[in-house]
Amino acid sequence: MATANRANARTNILGLTREDYKAGKSTLCPGCGHDSISNQIISIAYELGLDQHRVIKLSGIGCSSKTPAYFLGRSHAFNAIHGRMPSVATGATLANHELIAIGVSGDGDSGSIGLGQFKHLLRRNVPMVYIIENNGVYGLTKGQFSATADEGQFLKYYGRNELPPIDLCLEAVIGGATFVARSFSGDSKQVQTLLKAGLAHKGTAVIDIISPCVTFNNSPDSTKSYVYGKEHQILLHELEHFTPDFIEGRTEITIGDYEPGKTIQVRMHDGSYIKLQKVGEDYDPRNRSQAVELLDRAHRDQLFITGLLYYEEPRPTLHETLKLSETPLTRLPDELLRPAPEVLDRLMRDLQ
Amino acid sequence: MELQLQSDRQALDQGRIVNEFAFTVATKNGSGSQTSNNVLVRALFKMGIPVNGKNLFPSNIKGLPTWYTIRVSAQGYTARRATTEIAVAMNETTAAEDISSLPAGGVCILPQEWNWGKSRADITYYEVPVRDIVKQFDIPAERREQVSNMVYVGVVAQLFGIPLSLIREALSDNFGGKEKPIAMNFQVVEAAYHWTADNLEKSDPFYFEPMNATAGKIIITGNEAAALGALFGGMTVTAWYPITPSTSLVDAILQFQHIRQEPETGRNTVAVVQAEDEIAAAGIIVGAGWAGARAMTATSGPGISLMAEFAGLAYFAEVPIVIWDVTRMGPSTGLPTRTSQGDLIFTYFLGHGDTRHVVLLPGSVEECFEYGWRAFDLADQLQTPVFVLSDLDLGMNNWMAEPFTYPDEPIKRGKVLDKEALEAMLAQRGEWYRFRDYDGDGIGYRTLPGTDHPRAAYFTRGTGHNDRALYSERSDDWVQNMARLHRKFETARTLVPRPVVDYDPAKKIGIVSFGSNDPAVREARDVLAAAGIETNYLRVRALPLTSEVREFVHSHEHVYVVENNFDGQLALLIRMELPEDTTHTHSLALGDSLPMTSQWIVDNIMQRERK
Repeated sequence: MATANRANARTNILGLTREDYKAGKSTLCPGCGHDSISNQIISIAYELGLDQHRVIKLSGIGCSSKTPAYFLGRSHAFNAIHGRMPSVATGATLANHELIAIGVSGDGDSGSIGLGQFKHLLRRNVPMVYIIENNGVYGLTKGQFSATADEGQFLKYYGRNELPPIDLCLEAVIGGATFVARSFSGDSKQVQTLLKAGLAHKGTAVIDIISPCVTFNNSPDSTKSYVYGKEHQILLHELEHFTPDFIEGRTEITIGDYEPGKTIQVRMHDGSYIKLQKVGEDYDPRNRSQAVELLDRAHRDQLFITGLLYYEEPRPTLHETLKLSETPLTRLPDELLRPAPEVLDRLMRDLQ
Repeated sequence: MELQLQSDRQALDQGRIVNEFAFTVATKNGSGSQTSNNVLVRALFKMGIPVNGKNLFPSNIKGLPTWYTIRVSAQGYTARRATTEIAVAMNETTAAEDISSLPAGGVCILPQEWNWGKSRADITYYEVPVRDIVKQFDIPAERREQVSNMVYVGVVAQLFGIPLSLIREALSDNFGGKEKPIAMNFQVVEAAYHWTADNLEKSDPFYFEPMNATAGKIIITGNEAAALGALFGGMTVTAWYPITPSTSLVDAILQFQHIRQEPETGRNTVAVVQAEDEIAAAGIIVGAGWAGARAMTATSGPGISLMAEFAGLAYFAEVPIVIWDVTRMGPSTGLPTRTSQGDLIFTYFLGHGDTRHVVLLPGSVEECFEYGWRAFDLADQLQTPVFVLSDLDLGMNNWMAEPFTYPDEPIKRGKVLDKEALEAMLAQRGEWYRFRDYDGDGIGYRTLPGTDHPRAAYFTRGTGHNDRALYSERSDDWVQNMARLHRKFETARTLVPRPVVDYDPAKKIGIVSFGSNDPAVREARDVLAAAGIETNYLRVRALPLTSEVREFVHSHEHVYVVENNFDGQLALLIRMELPEDTTHTHSLALGDSLPMTSQWIVDNIMQRERK
């Protein structure tokens, strides 16, 4: 039966169906924004023909951090400890720099307990897609405000939030990130485009996705709710990500026309392009001070601006900074792991 | 009454004390005296005299008092001595104390310009015009303080007999052969040497005389030894956060990193990351170990506290990592520059919930080297964190040692399934589940991320899981998993280094100890034997305790567990594991922040045995 279905199903360049990119059934609340993000990951991985064995999925603790169990079932995964996924990702990608790392975190994980690790990850430019599934609330512990919750917001058990929120995109830009984006889990097209572009980025790609918590933080006056997102999302630009034709067969899209003044094309490290089509005001995500100004304004006026907020030519990755062997450290032969006896003899003579 | 060492007594009888005494150099921290002290130790070593230097320094960058003790022992004893016969008093703020702590017949060397006078009639004073000797030379202001410390090197060399040529060689070793600093320092040594010959009359009984007891030996710190061990052990990732006294371990990794570069490209095969804190350092090595690297960190007590959550995760998620704890004194900051064996219980049980870790206990720099590489084999074989407990005394002080033995076993990666092995396992068994105990030793087979096989992936988590690595909150899954981890721990018991045992069935008293106490215990046994108290000795080299410990404890009337922490932690573990032996197991726990002395052990055992 399964075989018959398979024969009829569409397959990608690896001969896999979209089904092959799925994993366990989600145990999150029905309608959770996080599940829709997992679905977008499945979609783009299938479309791009991602080799799942090269992917590692990493997460901290929280609802968001459970999701790696719900996508790419043929990839190794590590659900680590609260707020410390960045260090685990750092170690894993140093051990084997050929791995494609997808990290999933949340606003508690990255904005509170793990804010330090988040910022140091960016400083080191660890190559990975760093997804923040941001809902402004602690779900698993039943509804406390997170550090990204709106100032003045009211929640049933915890009353009024008197503290201003932390904007993780602003933190990322200031912290030295080279790819910073914000999106909305209800905007599957934009999420997919950013995920694809993030995977093509040679460095940490931060994607802060507002992902409503249907159980604890979905009242229309919350900036993290579906209704608010749908009604208030401001597109900074229309985004497309193009993989040029020479990566044959992975995509049927060819790059569109370049219209000066209306379109910005950003060529990425792997030869792919991001095309940004102007929507409202002029905005060039390659301008750092403009990005800081925009984020600051959005933060102050509670504007839900989505898109690629900041992009720069990536600095060397940590692997490059440390001048590590091209062969992944995990695949070095024993003779490179243990110097010869003569080397020890020489050292011992020097110490005599 | 203090029992004096037999050797000292014999030497005194002859009027000359040769190669069997100790001296203390009192200076200010940050004054550069470490160079002078190292030069003295190296020169004595080059004379063929067994020598050991210990730095007793404050937690301070500059200005506070610091002491360095150098012990020479023709018989090869290297433990700290509580009193030293000679004081080189170069710090005016501590000089009164330094002088008063000298035994009768002792010697004090001090700057003439202090005009201190001679407060004790029972010691010999040598006053040296330190300032005037240095003044003759054109020394840059920023070097003057350090170079001034070369005066006492010259004085000691002249008074007690170290050839100037060896001082020069030692200076050359210290400055890596760089002629300019060697010359600048040596001119001062020479001047002080000659001034002493011309102006002081030797009136003490202490002499250095050349021997042939150090030929072929090396001098190295435990931290350097550990770094070399790790580099020969195939370590590929180190992440760390600076903390005394472990910092010099990672410094040494960086210093010797060149032996681990790819020959054609010169690129590194070891990643060294200075993390933002010890939590991140632990996270980095856990991620690296999971992905297949040989990953380690080096830290001390406060860092271990921060690593607790990751240590528990790595135990439960079964990730191989190596954690060196170069132990210092006390909880919190405690005494950050003083030695201790106070983290034994902490590391053994580190983690919330039920955790027990493998802990290796090196007792010499040779073992620091050996466990440097062996810890990775054990971690990989057992798929678990392995702790190595060194301490400040072993880690930061210079020790004489036999040249290190090249690893006598190939690198052991444990049960790792690559694509072919996984295929073979699936063909043979029709299944592979990450945490299923196929061999009955509690150890599953793991795959590494990046393995090109559609069945290779598994999900790693600290959450409850079954043997298929699937999320589970079922009690039976939890209990089965814990039972398997205990089985694995029993396997660990058979793989860890066995104790070193010196046993004679005729002797009724046993001493159990571990780590850097070894020199003090060995010396104490000789002293006790001379006083008619014969002892056996077992040095524990790892936790979990192996069967030899049980046999040893069983077979003695009295067992003294000697350790350098306040609570008697090894004694507690022995009583916990061997409750039937509780009544005849006595804890001798010191924990005074200093390296252990043989005198303390002798006094305590004598007191109990001579009741």
